[in-house]
Amino acid sequence: MALAKRIIPCLDVDKGRVVKGVNFVGIRDAGDPVEVAKRYNEQGADEITMLDITATHEGRETMVDTVRAIAGQVFIPLTTGGGIRTCEDIRTMLNAGADKVSINSAAVRNPAFVSEASERFGAQCIVVAIDAKQTGPEQWEIFTHGGRKPTGIDAVQWARDMEDRGAGEILLTSMDRDGVKTGFDLALTRAVADAVTIPVIASGGVGTLEHLAEGVLQGHADAVLAASIFHFGEFTVPQAKQHMQNRGIEMRL
Amino acid sequence: MSTIAVIDYGMGNLHSVAKALEHVAPEQTIIITGDRARIADAERVVLPGVGAMRDCIRAMQEAGVAELVHEVSRDRPFLGVCVGMQALLEHSTENGGVDALGLFPGQVQRFESGLIDANGAPCKVPHMGWNQVEQTLDHPLWHGIDNGSRFYFVHSYYARPEPAEQVAGLCTYQVPFAAAIARDSVFATQFHPEKSADAGLQLYRNFAQWDGRR
Repeated sequence: MALAKRIIPCLDVDKGRVVKGVNFVGIRDAGDPVEVAKRYNEQGADEITMLDITATHEGRETMVDTVRAIAGQVFIPLTTGGGIRTCEDIRTMLNAGADKVSINSAAVRNPAFVSEASERFGAQCIVVAIDAKQTGPEQWEIFTHGGRKPTGIDAVQWARDMEDRGAGEILLTSMDRDGVKTGFDLALTRAVADAVTIPVIASGGVGTLEHLAEGVLQGHADAVLAASIFHFGEFTVPQAKQHMQNRGIEMRL
Repeated sequence: MSTIAVIDYGMGNLHSVAKALEHVAPEQTIIITGDRARIADAERVVLPGVGAMRDCIRAMQEAGVAELVHEVSRDRPFLGVCVGMQALLEHSTENGGVDALGLFPGQVQRFESGLIDANGAPCKVPHMGWNQVEQTLDHPLWHGIDNGSRFYFVHSYYARPEPAEQVAGLCTYQVPFAAAIARDSVFATQFHPEKSADAGLQLYRNFAQWDGRR
């Protein structure tokens, strides 16, 4: 008996629709988020993550409605993120039925926000999302604003800082790999997963089922997140789980 | 028509608990309330809880819920979830030591950080995700749920699995711990049934039909 590794389908949502870009541009429509979430729930997804990629004021209000609709029908953990800036934003999402919120740019702007949020709502619902790009050998830097803005912050050190401030989990995305389907940045994933004692979700770059297994076996991730391989029907969640189990990984089947 | 009260004392994600109950028991009235009279009137009561134990216990005391829990758990089906289970024990080492409600003997303590499991992988804290629960007690709330089913956990503190007669379910993470405890008309889970897909919904369905007897 052991804790299972998790598969987390990710819904990037823009104006109430699921979309998926390549390297954060080149958007393709993948459907209604409530329907997509229900489908993944039926397939046995371990959690669902939904990120508001527009993060405008109107977008966020739509997002709250979507979270509420999903939470009434899907009984697995739901994480939501994109444009979370204040404790009030967090409270709104939790009240709508989200179990965790993911904080990205706001943490970089004001790291104390993570401490405050964790103190107030508990570490279990605070996910810090890290978007990192490789800037040298074994070196990765944090970028914000959908990967457009460099910060000069070292990704591994930042993950440690966020753990110290009370993050309950790290959602780690390789900006170099996002949407390009060549596999996770395994060196980055492993560097971060080994540096912290909280769970790490690997994200960015999944194109095959073996990529998912690599994220756990070589990247030491506790969970793997993917979008496009599931959205467009290339693979189902059960296929992914079966493949990972065949590779010796403990899964919930 | 029967009523299930989800106790609102200002902490935790009550909506997901209520939504799961509504989903499995559409014929019953599900209320989220901190009103003592309404809780006392309900046929069944759920005590949820997330976050820090100290804050939860303080909020329960301020809301006047602490003593009410002692009362209503005696004579009707009562379900504690996550910190709502931990709160039923005597004491937690969280936040430098917190006295809890003491319906069950025992203490809540933290998982150690940086430990390695049997496969050489690090045991991350919080214990987050789907883990298997061994049913150690034949109980109506386990009805229709396969022994060894996985449930969703997220917690950094755990209850030791003793005394054995109060343990209804065992889980192992670093060490064996109490995944569920039971006594008389009280059942409580460390995991979140409302986030545990079909197995969790079945547990709520069982609770909604339970008469509080074993």
